[in-house]
This record gives sequence, structure tokens and C-alpha cells, in this order.
Amino acid sequence: MTEREERRFAEVPRESIKLMAESSGVELSEEVAALLAEDVCYRLREATQNSSQFMRHAKRRKLSVEDLNRALRWSNTETICGYGAQDALPFRPLKEGELFFVEDREINLVELALATNIPKGCAETMVRVHVSYLDGKGNLEPQGTVPTAVQSLSEDLLKYYQQITRAILGEDPHLMKVALLDLQSNSKIAALLPYFVYVISGVKSVSHDLDQLNRLLHMVKSLVQNPYLYLGSYVRSLVSSVMYCILEPLAASINPLNDHWTLRDYAALLLSHIFWTHGDLVSGLYHQILLSLQKVLSDPVRPLCSHYGAVVGLHALGWKAVERVLYPHLPAYWANLQAVLDDYSVSNAQVKADGHKVYGAILVAVERLLKMKALSLTLAAEGSGAGLPAGCPWEEWTPVSLPAMYCELYSFFGDSLAVRFSTGLPLGGQNSVHIMMITFCCFVLRAFLTGGLFLSRVCRSLARSSSSSVSRSRSSSSRPGRSTSQSRDIFPKARFPLPQAGPPAFSFIIGGRQMGRRCQGRRFQTSFSPTPPLTTHPPRAYAHKLPVIGRVSKPVRRWTCSHYSLHLPL
Amino acid sequence: IIRQKIPKKKKTYYAAHVMTPLLSAPGKKMAAVQDAPMELDAEKETKPEILSDGTSNLSGNTASGTLSSPPLTAGGAPKQEDQQTLIAVLQFLRRNKLTESVEILRREACLEDQEDSQTLDGSGGGKGDGDGGDANSLLSRVSIASAAAPQSTLTPIPVKSEYDQPDVSVVLSAYSQQGDPSLYQVYYSSLKNFIESVLDCHRAELSQLFYPLFVHMYLELVYNNHENKAKAFFEKFSGDQECYYQDDLRILCGLTKKEHLKGNEALLDFRTSRFVLRISRDSYQLLKRHLQERHNNQIWNIIQEHLYIDIFDGMPRSKSQIDSMSGSFAGETRREVNKAKVFYGLLKEPEIEVPLDDEDDEAENEEGKPKKKKTKKDSMGSKSKKQDPNAPQQNRIPLPELKDSDKLDKIMYMKESTKRIRLGPENLPSICFYSFLNAYQGLTAVDFTDDSSLLAGGFADSTVRVWSATPKKLRKVKSAAELNLIDKESDDVLERIMDEKTASESKNLYGHSGPVYGVSFSPDRNYLLSSSEDGTVRLWSLQTFTCLVGYKGHNYPVWDTHFSPFGYYFVSGGHDRVARLWATDHYQPLRIFAGHLADVTCTRFHPNSNYVVTGSTDRTIRLWDVLNGNCVRFFTGHKGPIHSLAFSPNGKFLASGSTDGRVLLWDIGHGLMIGELKGHTDTIYALKFSRDGEILASGSMDNTVRLWDSMKAFDDMETDDFTAATGHIHLPDNSQELLLGMYHSKSTPVTHLHFTRRNLLLAAGAYNSQ
Repeated sequence: MTEREERRFAEVPRESIKLMAESSGVELSEEVAALLAEDVCYRLREATQNSSQFMRHAKRRKLSVEDLNRALRWSNTETICGYGAQDALPFRPLKEGELFFVEDREINLVELALATNIPKGCAETMVRVHVSYLDGKGNLEPQGTVPTAVQSLSEDLLKYYQQITRAILGEDPHLMKVALLDLQSNSKIAALLPYFVYVISGVKSVSHDLDQLNRLLHMVKSLVQNPYLYLGSYVRSLVSSVMYCILEPLAASINPLNDHWTLRDYAALLLSHIFWTHGDLVSGLYHQILLSLQKVLSDPVRPLCSHYGAVVGLHALGWKAVERVLYPHLPAYWANLQAVLDDYSVSNAQVKADGHKVYGAILVAVERLLKMKALSLTLAAEGSGAGLPAGCPWEEWTPVSLPAMYCELYSFFGDSLAVRFSTGLPLGGQNSVHIMMITFCCFVLRAFLTGGLFLSRVCRSLARSSSSSVSRSRSSSSRPGRSTSQSRDIFPKARFPLPQAGPPAFSFIIGGRQMGRRCQGRRFQTSFSPTPPLTTHPPRAYAHKLPVIGRVSKPVRRWTCSHYSLHLPL
Repeated sequence: IIRQKIPKKKKTYYAAHVMTPLLSAPGKKMAAVQDAPMELDAEKETKPEILSDGTSNLSGNTASGTLSSPPLTAGGAPKQEDQQTLIAVLQFLRRNKLTESVEILRREACLEDQEDSQTLDGSGGGKGDGDGGDANSLLSRVSIASAAAPQSTLTPIPVKSEYDQPDVSVVLSAYSQQGDPSLYQVYYSSLKNFIESVLDCHRAELSQLFYPLFVHMYLELVYNNHENKAKAFFEKFSGDQECYYQDDLRILCGLTKKEHLKGNEALLDFRTSRFVLRISRDSYQLLKRHLQERHNNQIWNIIQEHLYIDIFDGMPRSKSQIDSMSGSFAGETRREVNKAKVFYGLLKEPEIEVPLDDEDDEAENEEGKPKKKKTKKDSMGSKSKKQDPNAPQQNRIPLPELKDSDKLDKIMYMKESTKRIRLGPENLPSICFYSFLNAYQGLTAVDFTDDSSLLAGGFADSTVRVWSATPKKLRKVKSAAELNLIDKESDDVLERIMDEKTASESKNLYGHSGPVYGVSFSPDRNYLLSSSEDGTVRLWSLQTFTCLVGYKGHNYPVWDTHFSPFGYYFVSGGHDRVARLWATDHYQPLRIFAGHLADVTCTRFHPNSNYVVTGSTDRTIRLWDVLNGNCVRFFTGHKGPIHSLAFSPNGKFLASGSTDGRVLLWDIGHGLMIGELKGHTDTIYALKFSRDGEILASGSMDNTVRLWDSMKAFDDMETDDFTAATGHIHLPDNSQELLLGMYHSKSTPVTHLHFTRRNLLLAAGAYNSQ
């Protein structure tokens, strides 16, 4: 028979036949063994063939031991006992003796009999009716969304479930706290897990209600923290709910008064928490998360709040994620962001404010990236590789060297990046706040310039965001950065001309540029140049001249030669 | 010719033996049924049951070949041969110790003397020469059928092996005198070259020869101990065979020793039944000329001996036409087989005075709905007034009389049907899924009652469970002692006899000793049938939830059973390759339908109860006449074992589903395949037409329910005279157009489908947690 045929059937080699004969005390000649082997193979095939009809009639796909035994019985052959177990029996080789055997451990009956954990009986076979499709359309409710429909919930559990959900989603904050605490520590709610997961998956239906979203996220947190719960594959569902809060343009964010930014920050933290504590339960989760974040980030159609979510999500997942997804993506993204930030039209004010949020988030993320990378490098250099921040070992890509990265980032962020590295000490922290405030004041001013009517609103949101990002920057910058040692005491001084009466006409530039290799220092310049009156220039051209927050494009380069540039030795 | 003689004689025997007259009025006089001829039969049948099986199988087997052929004329063959046939039969009977039958046959055929003179020859068992040899080989052919039927193994084993052995060798010995095996490859490839060189229109037809020739030549090589030659032959030519023969080839390729042939039923079947091919006259002439020119006697012999070539006049068929009909164990259908008239029409509905007015209003009031206008002497009623020309006579098969409760049920049915939703491509049914949870035991069969109030499941752990699908709980009847205390005159006596203490949602029925493969409710909801691997069919009472009767006869796993739509009769089919017709009050089968070459996997009653359809592992479908046990339709075309069958509600059409994932549609009246529905990716275990027949629902192992536009499928088929006469149909490949919807369950294979009286689709299956 051909190779193909050989492989199609299991063959029993004559050596095996001989061995079997030997074990029962019969010596076989080569010829007899060959004949027997062939016959055994044939009989085996026959039995298998016959047994398959029992499988087919039992409406199964898997051939069972029982099927084979039935076939044997109907062909007047002795059945084989002892292989009816549901679990697969491991077939082990013993190297020395070229022996294969099925492991058959001894069971201590006494122990088994006296064991206290009496196995529970199987649940009763039952029939569940379920309207699957109505008028041939739509799946009303996918069958088996609640797999525990198989187990019936006890009365107590059901009551508990109702109470908890009512407390968490209800109005009373105190009650909610108690419920969340209990959810964190209760050891007997495993059966309810799918129900809770189901409730949480309702985030999609309350996307207009920040409060409810927050409560649901807290519920996730409690579930994740509960040490008695094995989340298993529900992790996926939880993650998708959390991701929804991070990434989706929630209905709540239409109203700029709603602080959906905090929700996103919180959800991002939660995501990282789930990932670091339960990420091993679902294989490939990390990649999936990164992928969906990347998708959002690279989709220019998405609103800025989604982009913001993606950035904080990446930030929360650790500097490696930032390095891997955000960093390579930055040049492309930057152009879009810049366009938004450069648009001073009145109608764009809200969007622009959002843009600054994103900008801030990116800044924080890359700062952390640089610092952690520097830290890891120094640690690696010192030979204490164990101290590396827990990265993801399965990541593989060629890392960009730190200086190169810094240079590139600097080209984007210019001084605002540099500034952040000059704040190492608590004292410096104050300064950093100051600098940040200056930066944001600029935003405010610009907003004022473009549309005074929106000033108050924008101001408020900016103030809030600046304080949040400042606090973040402070905490993160408390670690010693690479560049802090020398540059901390040299701060850029930004000067503000007073707002003038009439159409304001000034600009404020914090720009940077890439340095030549030989240069021993960094330059940055702060330039103020009076702009021509608004009346003479169309807004677009005006905006064009205000590439405010640095960019790689030519104009910045040109400006590096300006008189205001300062030399900053590193 | 000789072969065709046997059945005739066999039939007389059969008539005396198995063909009990169907009971004249089964409902009433059960005691009176055992009339004289019946007694005789019963006596005979009970003695060695196995033998009766063997013989009945035999008779059926031959019946399948000839039943539908025109009646044989007595003078058709030389008398000498006729007698030899009889002698062979006699020998067989004697060997099986059926002395009474022997006597009867002798008397009838006036055979006494000749028979005596020839017995010695025959019992000598020589394979040789002359007259005796002729008879002997005949005998062997006959008895091989019984040997092939696994039934016979149930006799004391030594006996079996005694007469099993020589018979097989005699049959196989036909292979021994053939020519030089080393030339087989040459022969085969020369034929192959020839077929490949002929015109395209003939090539497809002649290519049909490849498979049967290949198998026969291979077996011949194996039988003559040319193991290596056989392997080489297989290796060289197995790749040429059609893909749908893969399963058979797999069995074949395992066979390399003469000894293996002996125990293999599938191959004995192949050997004993002639492979049927349909070839146009032109193609046949071409083939004949070629073989004669080349003196390729080897091939010619095989064709003559083992193949049956059904020659037709007209255009050769195309490849797709051939492919759509082939694939079965034994080739295609002979054209004449499907010529018999089938009364596929529905029986006239009994006239029932429907007290529509008051009851209807009551029902409406209960539901709190506004009263509707009545006048519901609806279409149902008017339709039943006229006698359908295609319907059988009302009393062709004796049917049980309607009881009062049946009439009530009919009224309920009519009421429900007025509220029925008219389905169509625009208006698809809602689907309700009954998931069996925690069916660790393995759910093997499901059935709903017609009014969808009860649900029964058969399980691999030998239990049958009945659930109530309505809030009404299941109750047993009180014990005899308690029943005595009841006031029998009271109006609510039927309510009083029920034992409230036993009310529960489900009841378990214990009794089988093997997996339950088939369950079927009686139409009046009083009984439940279950068929099992233990070889029995059991009848359960749904009043007491106990077993009433165990019908023994199959002796091998019984794969399916189905109640007649009028109750009383039921049919069962199993591993012994026969289907049996039973009446609930008889412990013996009334009819044995034999002819399938492999297991009978599913059985269904025609809506008019006059016919029974069976599907088999041999990939064929047969329609049997309940009245005389004849096979009146024989359908080939499936490429895998058939696991589901469904009649359209008007009785005109049949749908069949198989392991190959295809549903085929058949026109019963014309005996034609009229549609092929492709789409399922796994075995189809459930088929059901909607109540009005507009929609066909199919449920499969692939976890989907699909809905098909059966109206369109039936309408699209043009049944002009030509196609009807030749049976050569062009199947339009329109599965996608006909597919109206596909519905997934999450992880539940669909084992059963049922349309409620209002056309809601119920599906059932066991949730599979893996």
C-alpha cells in the first residue's frame, strides 16, 4: 500500500504482536507474527467501522469507548473494560524498555471513602425553552449568554445579587461603598459572576450617564480584586466593557461640562490593573488590547476623546506599550493633532480644547517612556537586570536608542518636554507647575484670542486638566531622570506681554529642533512676535504662522536662528 | 432469469407465511383477528424466530428486485430450471428445519418425486457440475442472502457456522475461475483508455463502469490470494474513482486477505446484488463493440455476471445528471422499479360535527379577546369533502375507528389551524429552541406530540424521559384499589382517576437495556414508542407511565420507530436491514420490509398511512406499500447514510437528509428526484415541513436550523412527460435561492424539529458544553 494508505490506518507492527505473545508466554515466528499483525489491523478497522454507526445514531461527533464496546459485543467479541473514564488516559513511554503503558494509579479506597469532600450529584437533566428567533429575524438573546443557566441559583444568591446590584446602581453612596466592599471580599459569589459580568456589559446602554458608568467600573474593580473569584474567560468580557469606557465617544462626552476625562483615566488604570493581575487567564489579551488601542489611535475619524482614551490606555499599560504603539505612531498622529490645534476658528474651540487634552496625555506618556527607558538602561548598564520594570517578555522589536528617541520627541514637543525633565526636586516641582501653568495660560490666551465667548468654559476645563496633568507630572518626575542632574536649575523664562486693547496680536512659541550630533547643548527659543492685525489676514494664514507647540516642519527650523534662542547646555 | 424465478415461488411462500391480512377493524375485534391462516403462521414463526427472519429477509431481498417488475409469466423460462429453483428452495427450507413449509411447498408444486431424486446431489454440497451443481449454486445464492443478514447469527452458533461457511465459499467461488490476474491491470487500463478516448457525451456514461468493475476485479484478486497484485491494482486505480465512493474504498483497501472477505457483509452484498447502471443505447453499443473487438472477455464477463445494465433510448446523460443519481451501494434505480402506482393522496377527513359556535366563543372569552365572527367551516372542511383522485381507498388499509377523544382532538386541531400563520419567504416562522441541559447521558432521540404538549427524549443511558411542554403537569392514573373507590358516573371521572400526588414536570421511563435511538408518540398521546440498541421496541403508556409491551423481533439494534398518523400501526427499522410493520396489539410484526443492503436507519409513515418510507446506510430510500409489502419506490442519489426523512403534508413529496449534509427532495408520484438543497456542513438529523408545506426546516449536527422554500423547489421542477418517462432530471443548482434563513444555536446540535399547529417551529437538542 502506498504511504498515503499506510498513514490512513493505524498499524500494529509485528514487533508489538511478538511482544504481546511473549508476555503471555508464546513464541511466535516472524511469519506468524506478520500474519497476525495484518489480521489484527484488519479486525481493528472493522470494529472501528462498526462502532462508528453507534456514534452516528447517538448523534455525536466523538467516538466513545462505549461505541467500540457495543460493536465488539454485537460481533461476539469480548468487550474491553476499564476505559470508560471521561478523561483521556495518558499513554506513557518508558524509555529504557521501549515500553508504552497506560498510567493506572492506585486509589486508596479507605481515603476515598473517608474523604470529607463528597462530590455533588449531577444536576437534573432538564429542558429549557428559549425563543431563539422571532419571525425568522434576529436573535433575541444569544442562546447561552448566561451559561450558569445550567446551575440553578439558590434563593439566597438571587437575593444577594438583587441587593448588590440595587445598592451599587442606586443613589445612596454609602450603600454603594458597603456593597462594593462586600463584592471585594465575599467568597461565595462565584456562581453569580456571570450575572455580574452581564450587568457590567450593560455599559453600552448607559453611555449617557457618567455616574452609572463610574459605578459599573467600580463594580469591575471590586470583582477583579476579589481573591476568591476565578474570572476565567470572563476577563475578556470585563476588559471589553472597560475598553468601551476608555475608547468609545460616550454619549456623555457630547456635553463638555461632563468630565468624561476622569472616567477614561480611571478606566485606563483599571484596565492596567486587570491586565497585570488577570492577564494570564486569557492568552493573547495583551496583544488584543494593544491592537484595539492602536486601531483607535490610527483612525483619524474618531473623535479626540477616543484618541485621548487610547493614549491614557497605553500609558496605563506601561512604558513598553507606549514605546511600541504610541511612539512609532506619533509622527503620523502629530500632523492631525497639529491641524486641530492650529485651527483657531470659533467653531473649533471645543475640539481644540480636546486636542490639548490629547496633547497633554501624550506628553505625559512620552515623558514616562523616556524616564523609564533611561532607568532601565542604567539598570541594565549596572548589571542589575532584575530591577527592570516588568515589561512584557514576549515583545520583540528593535528598540530605538534612547538619545534618538529623545531627539525625535524633542522635535515634536520642544521645550515642553525639556521642561519636564528639569523638574527633579520637590522645589523644582513647584517650578514645573509654574511652567505648566504658563503653558496653559497660553492656551487660555489663545482661546481668548480666537473666541472670547468660549473663554470661561475653556478656561475651566483647561484649569482642571492642567492641574490633573501637573499633578501627574509631578509624581512621575519625582524619579531621577537622566537629564535632571544638570538642567534642573535652568528654566526657560516665558514672558508675557500684557494683553492689549484692540485686537490682540502676539504669539508665543515654545519650539525645539533636532540637534546635530556634535552639538553639546540644546537650544530652545521662546519667541514673541507681534502678528499683523487680524483684519488684514484671513484666519487660515494667521494660524499658519502660529505653529505653536513645535513641529518638525520647516518654519520651526527657520526660527531656530531667531534672536531669542537660548543656549542650554546639557 | 433463474434468479427471477425464485422470488415468485418465494412470494407464494411469503404470502402464506408473513402476509397476515391486516386487521379488518383493529380498534374493535382484536380477539377475532387470529383467523385460520394466521394461526398457522404464528405457529411457524414463533418456533425458530431467526429462521423466519432469514427467510423473510430472503423473500424481501428478492422482492426488492422484482416486486415492481411486470408479473412473471409462467412459461417464460424452461420448466426444468424452474423446478431446480424450487428444489433449491426446498433444500434451504429443510436445512433450516422448516418442515411444515417444506410440506406445503411440496404439495403446492407437486414436486415430490423430482425433489427426492435431486436431494442427494444438493446435500452433497459439490460445487461442480451438471444439474445438481446448478441447483447448488442457486441455493448458495439464495442462502447467502440469509447469511448476509446478520439475523442468522442468533441461532445456536455451531449451527450457524455450519451452514454459513460453505455458502459463503460457494458464492465467492464465482470468483475463482476467472482468468489471469496479472492481466487485470492491463484489462482495466485498456478499458480506461477506451472510455477516455470516446466522445464526451458517452464518456460520462461509460465512466460509471469504473467503480463496479474496479471493486469486482479487486475482490477477485483478493479472493484468489493475489495479495500483492490486488494492492498494486488498488493503488493504481483507486484514485480514479468518484469521491463519493471514498467510504467504500476505505473498507476495500483494508481487505487484503481471502479470510477477510468471509466476514464482511458489505462485500457480500456487493457480490450478491447486481450493481445497476443506466446507460443509453448508443453508449452501450459503443462499449459492446469495443469489448468484442478487443476480445476483452474478462471485462465482458464481469459486466454480464455482476452488473445490470439498464439500457435506455435517447440522449446520453450528462455527468451532473449521473452524479446526482449515483452514490448508493448498488448503483442506481432500475427504471421499471419506480413505475408502480402510488396512492400518495390524503385520506378523506372524517366528517365531524364541529360545534364551533359555543366552544369557540368560550375559548375566546377565556382569553379575554373580542369575539370573532365564526363561520369557520373553513378550507379544511371543504377540502376533505372531495375524494382526491390520487388517494387510496378509504379502507385500503384497515384503520382504527375514531374514539370520542380523537374527535375532540380533531376539533381542537381544526380550531388551532384556523389560527395558523401562513408561512412563506416573506413570513418566516419563529423558532423556539428546547435545549436539553445536563444531558450527560447523551440525548439520542426526541419527539413532540402533534399538539406540542408533550416532549419525549431518548437517552444513551437507556432511559426515556417525558416532559410536559405546557404548565400542565404529568400525572399517573391511580392504582387499581383507589380506582375502585371512584364514582364512575361522575362527569369529571377522567379527572378523578388521576393521582394528584404524582404530578411532576417530567417522568422517567426505565426498561431498555441499551441506548434509546428512536421515540415516537402515538397521535392520541396515550402511548409512546421507543426503540433501542437492545433489539426491542417498547410501548409505554402515558397514563400509567409504565411499559406495556416489548416488541421483540429485530434482535439487533433498532435504529428508529414511528407511529402511524392514525395510530395503531407502527414501523421500526434496525441493524438487521429490515423494517417491520407492527400493530400495537400484536407481538409479531405484520409485515417485514426487506431489501435494503444495510441498516435501516430511519423510518416514517406516509400521511395516509398506506405507505412506509425507510432510509438506509446503503444510501438508498425505499417506499413500501403497507398493504402488500411491496417496495414501490426506490430512490438513489444520496452519498451517505440517510438519517432523516419527512413527507410533505399533502403526501406528494418526500425530503431526505443524510450524513453528506444534503437534503434531497423527491416526487413520490413520478418517482423522481426534484431538488437538492446544499448548505449544511454536517449530518442532517431532523427534517420537517411546515403545516402547510411551504417551508422545509432542516436541523443538523452543525448547530444550525435552515429554512428552505419548498414551494419554490416543487414549483420550479418541470415534470414534463419526457423527464417523467426517463427519470433524467436536470437539477437546477439553486440551493442559495431556496435557502430562506439559517439560524445558529450556540452549541446545540439540532436533533429534532417540529411545527406546532400554528406553525411555530420547535427545535430540540442537547446543549453541548464543550
